[in-house]
Amino acid sequence: MKGYILRRLGYSLVSLFLLSVTIFLFVRVTGDPAVLLVEPGASKDDLEMIRQQFGLDQPLPVQYGSFITSLLRGDFGQSFYYRTPVLELYLSRLPHSLLLAGAAMVFSLVVGIPTGIIAAVRVNRWWDSVGKIFALLGLSMPSFWVGLLMILFFSVYLGWLPSSGSGTLLHLVMPAIALGWVFAAAHMRLTRSSMLEVLGSEYVKLARLKGLPEALVISKHAFKNALIPVLTLAGINLVIMVNVAVVVETVFAWPGVGRLLYEGIAFRDFPVVQATVLLGGAMIVIVNLLVDILYAVIDPRIRY
Amino acid sequence: MNDSRSATLTLAWRLAAFRTEGFPVIPTAIIVTVALVAIFADALAPYNPELGTLGDRFRPPAWQAGGSEKYLLGTDHLGRDVLSRLIFGARVSMIVGFTAVIVAGFIGTVLGIISGYLGRWVDQVIMRLTDTWLALPALTFAIFLAAIVGPSVNNIIIILAAVYWTRYARVIRGEVLSVKERDFVRLAVVAGCSKWTIMRRHILPNVVNSAIVLGTLQLGVVIITEAALSFLGVGVPPPQPAWGLMLADGKKGLMAGYWWLTVLPGSCIMLMVLSANLLGDWLRVKFDPQLRQL
Repeated sequence: MKGYILRRLGYSLVSLFLLSVTIFLFVRVTGDPAVLLVEPGASKDDLEMIRQQFGLDQPLPVQYGSFITSLLRGDFGQSFYYRTPVLELYLSRLPHSLLLAGAAMVFSLVVGIPTGIIAAVRVNRWWDSVGKIFALLGLSMPSFWVGLLMILFFSVYLGWLPSSGSGTLLHLVMPAIALGWVFAAAHMRLTRSSMLEVLGSEYVKLARLKGLPEALVISKHAFKNALIPVLTLAGINLVIMVNVAVVVETVFAWPGVGRLLYEGIAFRDFPVVQATVLLGGAMIVIVNLLVDILYAVIDPRIRY
Repeated sequence: MNDSRSATLTLAWRLAAFRTEGFPVIPTAIIVTVALVAIFADALAPYNPELGTLGDRFRPPAWQAGGSEKYLLGTDHLGRDVLSRLIFGARVSMIVGFTAVIVAGFIGTVLGIISGYLGRWVDQVIMRLTDTWLALPALTFAIFLAAIVGPSVNNIIIILAAVYWTRYARVIRGEVLSVKERDFVRLAVVAGCSKWTIMRRHILPNVVNSAIVLGTLQLGVVIITEAALSFLGVGVPPPQPAWGLMLADGKKGLMAGYWWLTVLPGSCIMLMVLSANLLGDWLRVKFDPQLRQL
C-alpha cells in the first residue's frame, strides 16, 4: 500500500516535471522568448533588459533552474495588462470558474444519470436509441455553438435570460448548460455501461431470486454500485471543466479562469497564458493522483 | 470446381454483407460531399469569400423578408456572401482536419510501435511523456502553442498534431505488446530480421487498422478544436473563411437576431463532426480485434 502510493506519487512528480519542461522548452525553442516576455510595443533596449533579467543568454539548464525555482516560490510573473502578479489574478478568478463548473456538473449529472439508467434498463429499446442519439449530438455540437444558439433563442428572441455577465443565478443557467452538455452525454454513456455491468452480476441475480420487486433491485442494489465509476469520472471531469470552459466563458463573458486565458491571448499578455496552462495541467495531474490514492485506500484489490 | 464456386459465392456474400451491415451511408455521403465542395470551391462559390460589398451588410437569406436572390444564404457584417464563405470554409476544415489527423496518427503510431516493441527505458520515456501530454487539457494546450507560434493554417495543423498524437501512442503501444508475443514475430527474430524490419513489416500491418479507426474518431475532435481556436482568434487568421471564425464574426450580429451568421456555420461543423463520429463508430466495430472475434 505504502509502496504503491509512493510509486504513484513519484509518477506524478515526474509528470509535473515533464509538464514544466514541456512548457519551458516550447517557449524557448519556437522563437525568441524575449519577444513573448516583453510587453507589446517595447523598444530594442527593453528586449535587451528582458534578456538580462531572465538570463536568456545563459545555457538552457541554468535558465530552467531559475524558471522552476521562481515557479516553486509561487512567482508566475507579472501580468502586462493588469500590472499584478499572475498567481493573484488566477486565484481571484478561480472561484468563478469553480462555481460555473459546479453548476455544469450538477446539470450533467441530473441529465446524464437518469437517462443512462433508463437506457440500461430498457436496453436496445427505443429509449436506448434516443439516448444514443442524444450522446452523439452531445459529442458533435461544440459547446460554444450551443451557447450561441441559446443566447439567440432565450436572450434575443424570448428575452428570458441575460446573454452575458455574472452576478445572479439567471446568469449562470446558460453557461452551465453549454458547458455541461458534452459532459452530460459522457456521463450518460458511462452510467449506461456501468449499470449494464452491475445488472448482469451475481448479487443482482440473487436479489431478483429473492423475489425483490424490480424497482427495488434497480434503485437499491444496482444503482448504488453503478454510481461509483460515474462519480469518479465526475470528480476528474470537474477539473477538466474548469480548463475547457475557455470558449464558453468567452461567449458569455463569464469572469473565470478561461476568460482570463482569452484576455491573455487578446492582450498579448504572455505570462497570463503560460501560468493558466501550467496551473491547469498541474491541477489535473494532482486530481488524478488523489483519485488513484483514494481508490487504493477504498479498494485494497487495486495494485498496479 | 464446386469448392471454388462456393468460395466465390461466400466471398460475394461477404462483400454484400460488408456493404449492408449498417454501413453509415448518409454520414459517408456527407463527408464525400464536403470533400468535393472543398475541392471545387473555386467553381462553386458565387462570390469571393474575402471581399464584401459594404452596402449589402447583414442581408438575410433569400427566403426571408429583405433577402435577395443575389445572396442565397445572406451576408455578414462586411457584406461578404455567407454561402461562399461556407464553401471555402469547408476547404479549410478539410485541409486542417485531415492533415492534422494524419500527422498526429503518424507520430503517435511510430512512437507507439517503438515504445511497445523496444520496451525498457525507451518505453518508460515515451510513455511518461505521453501521460504528461494527455494530462494537459487539449484545448488549453493548443491555445498556449498557438499563442507562441502565431496564427496560420500550417501552424494550426502542427499544433493539433502536437496535441493529439498521444492517444494513438497509448493505444498502439498496447496492441504492439500483444502482437510482439505472437509466433510470426518470434519467427522473424529467429530468421534474423533487424528490429527495424520487424517493426515495419510485421508489427505495423497489424496495428494500422486501429490507427485508422482512431483517426476517424479523432477527425471530429480535431475539427471542433480548430473551430474553437479560430473562434478565440488564435486559429485560422482573418479574413480567411473558416467555420469557427465565421461564428466569431457572427457574434457581432447575434444580439440583433441575425441568426444565419450563427446557425449556418455551426450546423456545418456539427454535420461534419457527427458524420465523422458515426463513420468512426462503425469502423471501430468493424475493425476492433476484440469485437471482430465474435
